[in-house]
Amino acid sequence: MSAPLVTSFYRKTRNGIFKVVREHYLRDDIWCGSEACNKCGRNPKTILLDDENPGSKSKLFKGPYYLVLDTNIILNQIHVLEENIFCNVIISQIVLNEVKHRSSNVYKKLEELIGDPSRKFYYFMNEHHKDTYVTRVPGETVNDRNDKAIRAVAQWYNSHFKSQDINIKTILLTDDVGNKQKAKDEGIPVYSMKDYVDSLENAGFLIDKLAKIEYALDGDNRPPLFPCHLSPGQIHDGIKSGKLLQGSFIASRENFLEGTVNCESLDKFILIQGREALNRAIDGDTVAIELLPEDQWSAPSDLVLLDETEEDPGDTLDEDAVLEKITVPEAEKQPTGRIVGIIRRKWRQYCGIIQKNPLKDNTRHLFVPAERKIPKVRIETRQAETLCHQRIIVAIDSWPRNSRYPLGHFVRALGKIGDKDTENEVLLIEHDIPHSRFSDEVLSFLPKLPWVITDLDVAQRRDLRHIDVCSVDPPGCTDIDDALHCRDLDNGNLEVGVHIADVSHFIRPGTALDKEASLRATTVYLVDKRIDMVPELLSSNLCSLRGGEERFAFSCIWEIDHEANIVSTDYCKSIIRSRAAMTYEEAQLRIDDKTQNDSLAKSLRGLNDLAKKLKKKRLANGALVLASPEIRFQVDSETHDPIDVQAKQMRDTNSMVEEFMLLANISVAKRIVEEFPECAMLRRHPEPPQVNFDPLIKAGKHQGFEIDTSNGKALAKSLEAAVKDDNPYFNTMLKILATRCMMQAVYFTSGMVQEAEFYHYGLACPIYTHFTSPIRRYADVIVHRLLAVCVGADATFPDLLDKKRSHALCHNLNYRNRMAQYAGRASVALNTHLFFRNKIQDEEGYILFVRKNALQILIPKFGLEGTLYLSRKDEKSAVTFIYDAEEHTQRWNDVTFRSFDQVTVQLSLDRTNVQHEKLVFKLVKPEIPGFSVPACSATPNERNVEDVTEEIKLESVTLEEPMITDKPVTAAKRKSDSFEEAQKSTPEAEQVKNKTSRNRRKKRKN
Amino acid sequence: MEQRNGNPVLQKVAFVRGDGRSPSEIRHISARLGVFGQADGSAYLQQGLTKVLATVYGPHQPRGKSAGNMLKAVKGIVNCQYSTAVFSFGAGVRKKRPRGDRKSQEREQQLRHAMEAIINLELFAKSQIDIFIEVLQVDGSEFCVAVNAATLALIDAGIPIKDYAIACSITVADDVTEKDEEGAQDGGSLIDANWVEECSPGFTLSIVSLPKVVDETQTQSSLILAHGAGRRLHLSRLEALRQRALDACKDIRDILDAVVRNHLHTHAAIQSVEK
Repeated sequence: MSAPLVTSFYRKTRNGIFKVVREHYLRDDIWCGSEACNKCGRNPKTILLDDENPGSKSKLFKGPYYLVLDTNIILNQIHVLEENIFCNVIISQIVLNEVKHRSSNVYKKLEELIGDPSRKFYYFMNEHHKDTYVTRVPGETVNDRNDKAIRAVAQWYNSHFKSQDINIKTILLTDDVGNKQKAKDEGIPVYSMKDYVDSLENAGFLIDKLAKIEYALDGDNRPPLFPCHLSPGQIHDGIKSGKLLQGSFIASRENFLEGTVNCESLDKFILIQGREALNRAIDGDTVAIELLPEDQWSAPSDLVLLDETEEDPGDTLDEDAVLEKITVPEAEKQPTGRIVGIIRRKWRQYCGIIQKNPLKDNTRHLFVPAERKIPKVRIETRQAETLCHQRIIVAIDSWPRNSRYPLGHFVRALGKIGDKDTENEVLLIEHDIPHSRFSDEVLSFLPKLPWVITDLDVAQRRDLRHIDVCSVDPPGCTDIDDALHCRDLDNGNLEVGVHIADVSHFIRPGTALDKEASLRATTVYLVDKRIDMVPELLSSNLCSLRGGEERFAFSCIWEIDHEANIVSTDYCKSIIRSRAAMTYEEAQLRIDDKTQNDSLAKSLRGLNDLAKKLKKKRLANGALVLASPEIRFQVDSETHDPIDVQAKQMRDTNSMVEEFMLLANISVAKRIVEEFPECAMLRRHPEPPQVNFDPLIKAGKHQGFEIDTSNGKALAKSLEAAVKDDNPYFNTMLKILATRCMMQAVYFTSGMVQEAEFYHYGLACPIYTHFTSPIRRYADVIVHRLLAVCVGADATFPDLLDKKRSHALCHNLNYRNRMAQYAGRASVALNTHLFFRNKIQDEEGYILFVRKNALQILIPKFGLEGTLYLSRKDEKSAVTFIYDAEEHTQRWNDVTFRSFDQVTVQLSLDRTNVQHEKLVFKLVKPEIPGFSVPACSATPNERNVEDVTEEIKLESVTLEEPMITDKPVTAAKRKSDSFEEAQKSTPEAEQVKNKTSRNRRKKRKN
Repeated sequence: MEQRNGNPVLQKVAFVRGDGRSPSEIRHISARLGVFGQADGSAYLQQGLTKVLATVYGPHQPRGKSAGNMLKAVKGIVNCQYSTAVFSFGAGVRKKRPRGDRKSQEREQQLRHAMEAIINLELFAKSQIDIFIEVLQVDGSEFCVAVNAATLALIDAGIPIKDYAIACSITVADDVTEKDEEGAQDGGSLIDANWVEECSPGFTLSIVSLPKVVDETQTQSSLILAHGAGRRLHLSRLEALRQRALDACKDIRDILDAVVRNHLHTHAAIQSVEK
């Protein structure tokens, strides 16, 4: 290492401009990375650049060559670079740094490329190389200096090889005109990306993937459609002076011309209406907005509006026809604003389909994303014929002012539309669920088979093999992570044990297996597929507490009196042998069958009695009982297509298991927080802000019920009281609405949150965690490790006690959980579509909401929610409903629709547009001549019931998980989260973040 | 090249630190002995951009408060003053008090412990040795540089020592919150941290050791100071960190030793010429 170079530069901070002096070491031991080179210190492990080109041949030059890329190429064309036709590429340090600062997304991808040895991307530390370091001369901008540094790299490589008589050229690729010219002047071979890709042999498909930055439709110079975005400087000044507000943009799911912005500084969401006000913001972007004067404030329109144009309408804005100005009542007015600039884009890749251009041979097509919140995207491709039957992935490149839609490019195809595997793939990608096979490295940490319990294991664990333990789960469950027992003690009390699979014994911290599990965070259940968090050997075999087999467990054992008061609690690592793995039904039968008096039956009865008492206590405490319809899919055993659905049954045993899981979770939470006040992993459910309850209170009022939402207890009480005799489903629907008001329950680290905020609103308990399902939730694994330390069964390790790391982990767990849940719902939706493919069916439904042009209908049987359009903009119907915005009713002659009214609707699948199947709701009852359709007399064609060998049960599609749930099972034998998961809210509800608590936290930080 | 995990880019690159060093490389060291004629011993030491001046007065008869009871003592005492120049932090920050604040007092204590460990105090009964440290420019690890400078100054003063007291800092960077901070990607440890690395989340241990004594006696003891904490260090990592810092201490010792020998050579040469 040669002597250090001292660099100095000036840095502007809030307090002024300062001189900063840093050391900068230049080295002589940085290798060029080429196999051909004999000059540099050679390290065969890091040979990265071949002396021959494995990639594509270019017509532009003969012989082998390396590519040096400019930053702009990487930022704009990362998808092309991902093609493995690009090899032997030199990424200089300066480029990597620039990319890192400009886009973390691209940076991640680039990092992957560099990490893949077969791609031969070499990371060259030009800034610390003694020959390629360039100083910034006075008057030179940083950019110019960096360009100079990149040119210096190309120059150095060329001269480096020349001096050794190696015939390898180094070519600079840049799209920057100035840089290109300068490189030419310096004698460096230089090309633009387009020229280079064009020159490649048989690389025509790559041209589709080149990012579209410039855009002109039909070459005309119409005035721009959208107002200009402000420059970053203007935005910064605007926000500083308070003229502008910063927030994240959330597009509306129902109306593509509407959205809201969630500003940290305001308590209310800011409404954005109309294409011009939305100003090219896409869901998730961080935007700068300007509030409109109060007299222009508006309310969310009740319209359900989808961008349904079949053809590219060109660059016109036709919204006026759709969104006419309406006077809104003063009370409903909401702060309204318009977006004036984008601070940060949150573009990702989107799954969807191509909407083919009707003109033949036109290469421009529209892409329709699967996610409703994302606008259509214009892409250019020559392969439309093949792609139009496929699900594809597209990335957005830009959104110029004169384009109605953003511009993007095709990334890759997933497979045929309607194909189950493709659709599942889409689902998983859209929800960012890691679903690749477990890597060999991960699998290497699995225990070797045959797995035996050694004497050492026995010595370290409490031997509970003599106790009659059993597990109760849904039918077909293979990942059994809990088992129970109950027996009489000599002093008259009962001993109750909950035994949880000891996953942390197999997953040791810091291993690849552990890292993979913490990344996946949760097992994801789709209707016909399970994406495991841990490899199957663990999830369905070694960890699973199967009947009759000896397994390691983490036991939580209580002494409980007959009034269900806990006398003492004990935790230990143990060995158990489950006597029987029962289903809920079997367990129920054993309890009910008075003739059975073996120890298992007694044990179950004891548990059942205690559970009832525990539940009563909990409810008296103010725990919420919410609801949503649950359904089971019955699937064809061969095709895996759903054949029938039915509502699921609730048994006592379901709630029995659940009560003890709750008890275990609460006990463990108390214990670990006692031992680790700073870094215990807990779960909390914040109380929703009162505004969240507005829809519920309103709905209750319409029906004459007062819903008291002042606290959980009052809410539970008033929900129970709201019963209508003539509408038995009314109470359930009210509970469904209540569920939607809830916040999402989240994992957190005890040291990061005030103790008062540990509270779990739904369960009405001051502290809670997840302990009982370590096979399918990573949080439980962490809790197991913490508890193991508490009882002296294991040692701590650095990351476990690090509250920041733990906080970051919680963040990931929460994100993955949410995504897993959405994916599960989407999977149900997918199967519902499959179910209706060949049938039309009449179903009982209830009106959930009355909208201006539609009714939201809930079908309890399928747990399905859909829209029944009352009027369409393009068709004139004889029946015109009159909408009463005050009362939220729709009226036509003597028929009035109110919320909670019962209706009969006909369900069918609209397959006219093959690419975009839709479930259509048509009114059957009440009959309205000219509007309703006759009931379909034919019952759905029944299939042979014998086909049905597997049963699938799932929660509702758009509705929340039920409050009281047993463990739902998919075909892949799913287990659901225990009861408290129920508060998971709809995406909409979830957007309503708890502002007050956030603000409070902010203050504390200050 | 050591084994690193995580970031694939950096798996291949040894020199991940912001200034171009590898995690185990120390900064450039230059030193001069005998910079003040007036003092009994003095040294100027520069490690990277951290610059420290150390002067030694004594052994001399005790002065000040402790003078009275010192006269009976069988061992000499070491008196340290650790001062950081008000201008040492560069343009942005100005230190309000050069010394006397809590941190400086703490460092005085630690420095005294280190010096007491190498000086054979029994030889200096009823006498006192003063060590003055002036940190002139701060760019990380300044306490360590101060210890090293003090050792050099003692040597210059001709006070017999058992071994060099060498200090080296080791920073455990935290990669969760500041993943992008250069040099912090692997959550691994960085030797001889500069100012930027010290400021990044994580914590810094300053380890003072007597490299030769450690080598010969295989003792486990070295003086460990932690600062920049707020974060906790898991005990299981301590030994590995200590070992790495110790290796760096040995390197520093070799460099300083060369400086001392060189100094003596030229000094002796000059003296012989003068004679």
